[in-house]
Parts: sequence; structure tokens; C-alpha cells
Amino acid sequence: MNDLMERLQRDFGVDDITVRKPALTTFRVKKDSAETLIRELRDREGYTHLNFMTCIDYIEDGIFTLVYMLHNYDKKLSLGVHVDISRENEDMVSIHTLWAQAWTYQRELREMYGINFPGSPRLEEDFCLEGWDDIPPMRREFDTKEFSEQRFGHREGRHSEEPRDHMKVELYPNRGGDEK
Amino acid sequence: MKNSLNTDDTLENSGLTEEEQLLFSNARPRAYEPYPIKAVEDFANWARANSLWILAFGTGCGAIELRPLMTARFDANRFGVAGRPTPRQSSVFIIGGYASVKTLKRIIRSYEQMQGPKFVICLGICPINGGMYFDSYNTINQFDQYIPVDLYATGCMPRPEALVASIMALQKKIKAGECDGANRYVENFDWYKANQKKVIKNWDMPDYNW
Repeated sequence: MNDLMERLQRDFGVDDITVRKPALTTFRVKKDSAETLIRELRDREGYTHLNFMTCIDYIEDGIFTLVYMLHNYDKKLSLGVHVDISRENEDMVSIHTLWAQAWTYQRELREMYGINFPGSPRLEEDFCLEGWDDIPPMRREFDTKEFSEQRFGHREGRHSEEPRDHMKVELYPNRGGDEK
Repeated sequence: MKNSLNTDDTLENSGLTEEEQLLFSNARPRAYEPYPIKAVEDFANWARANSLWILAFGTGCGAIELRPLMTARFDANRFGVAGRPTPRQSSVFIIGGYASVKTLKRIIRSYEQMQGPKFVICLGICPINGGMYFDSYNTINQFDQYIPVDLYATGCMPRPEALVASIMALQKKIKAGECDGANRYVENFDWYKANQKKVIKNWDMPDYNW
């Protein structure tokens, strides 16, 4: 594993190498060399399985972090490849040529985050959200509660309690919810 | 080319292309009128109550509760309940919990294709006020805004016993002649349709799916 990491550091300039578990290591790589690196891992290093790919929205830093989770069946090791892309210029190289199932993930990422993967098949088709007409819902600037209230409305009479205060009143009714 | 059957009282079917408009009916649904003789209507209601055929369309997590109904333990057949694979043959639509907007479109389509008399049971808290999905971007909060509901069985999720109890309650209601959901749908058709189109943005089916 260390040999591989040293080689990746030399060839691709990966950084932020973290051993999360004995069988799981993650590292960060630049957007431009990500596709080449993943291709190399698949073809040369035996990381033949794409567990999943997903996205994390770091709105404070203005970036999306894409996570590609690869698995090596011979060594029983997993690798998490993190790629930072800008929230504004959300283009990423498609990897559907490496794993055919990746285009489903990419379709979902385009719908939920608005990331574009040029060349990925059926990218513009609706996946879960048919006829969506707002900003992509998994972006953190999207206010789901406000959207739900405005679009779906609420039935009168629904209210919620702070669990801590509610249980105090339940437990000490004679003292008006006072613990002492 | 205009459909020659167009009159003032037909539906617009504006979600369809001009070619498709010729292929689909644009007639409005009609309300059910009970038999003039009360004894005959009561007999018909008794027959309806004892032959409830459920549409096997699992629309949420509550679909899991429908499966055990047919097993030996709960044996829903003793109430005349049977599962049906198509809306054309079924009379009861059990909404199994939350309905996403994508599913709601299919629910509306299936419900309108069901032939009367038809009844709707809502399972769980989600169709009532959204339940744990009250702030979701993709799950509706009040199901009765879109489809008329005859009976609610609340809980998260209600067990099959509760479902059996709600079937018995529905039978009681039908025998008393109080299940008028389908008629309410016809009478307030424009209101229901406006609500449906407010959440379903890609309306590409006829206004009423005959």
C-alpha cells in the first residue's frame, strides 16, 4: 500500500493521504489528473470495482468534493479518491467509459447537485425528480423546508416539541417541569 | 386538426401534443347515481363491501404491510379481499405511506383508471400531514388534496392487524352508503386537478385517464 501511495504521490501529486481503517485509505487528487489516475488504478493495480461515487457540498469553501470509492478484490482493500471541483464551474470528466454503471451515478449527481459530466449517456433525462423547476435540491443553499411549505403546504394543527423540555414536563408535572 | 368531439364541457388535455389529443378521450368523469330504490342500493352496497379487490401497487413503505394480509395468519380472503394486478379490476386503492411527486403521478393515473365504485385507504401518518417527511422537497404532505380519501389508518407503520381493522371499518362505511370519495372527486374535479398540476410540473398525460 505504501509503495502504491508513494508512486501516486510522485506521478500524480496526490496529497491528504489518510488511512481511515486498515482496509480503507483515502487521498485527494487534482481534477485534471483524476480520470487518468482512476484508469491506472483499475487497469494496473487491480481496483476493478467501483463501489459508488458521490458528492459532498462544502459551501463554505465554495467546492464540491467528489468521492470515487474503488475496491480491490484480490487484496481486499478499498481506496477513496477525493476530487475537489468548483461549485461555480461544475464540470467533471465522465468515467462511464471505465464502468458502465457510473452513468447512473452521474445522472443522479447532475440532478441533485447540478454537476455536469459532458459525454455521459442520458445525462439530461429526469431521474427521480420529474419536471424539477428549482435549483438542484441537494445543494446546501436550497431550503427544503421553505420549498415544502410553499409547494405542498401544511395541514393545520401540526406542532413539534423540543424533546428535552417536553420530557421535563412529562416527568415532573407537579413542579411545572422544574427538575429541582 | 381538432377533435370533433370537443364541446364546452370537455377537458382541454393541454399536456398532450395535438396528435396525441386525437388518441385520448377528453370527456369529463361522471358522478355515480345510486339506484332509486333504497333496498336495491343497500343490496349493492352489501355486495360491494364483501368483494374488495385491492390494487397491488405498493406506493411506499406500507406496501410491506399488504403482503402478510394474504398469508394464513391474517387471511384477508375471509373479508372477500383479493389482490389484483391492474387498476381496471380493483376497487380499493391502499396508499402505503409517503407518496413522492413521481409516485403521485402514477397514483393519479391508476386511481382514475379504476372503475367505480372505488375506495381509497391511506396507511400511516405520511399521507395525513407528511409524517417524518414534512420538510421533504419531493414528498407531498396532504394526500387528500390530490385524491379523495375514504379512510385513514394512522401509525408509522400500522401493523397488518390495523389494516384488517381498517378494512372492516371500510366495509361498515360502504354498507352505510357513506363512501362517496369517487363522487367527491367528480364534483370537485377542477379543484383536485389544479392541486395535482401545482406539484406535477411535467403533466404529459390526459386530464382524466379513462
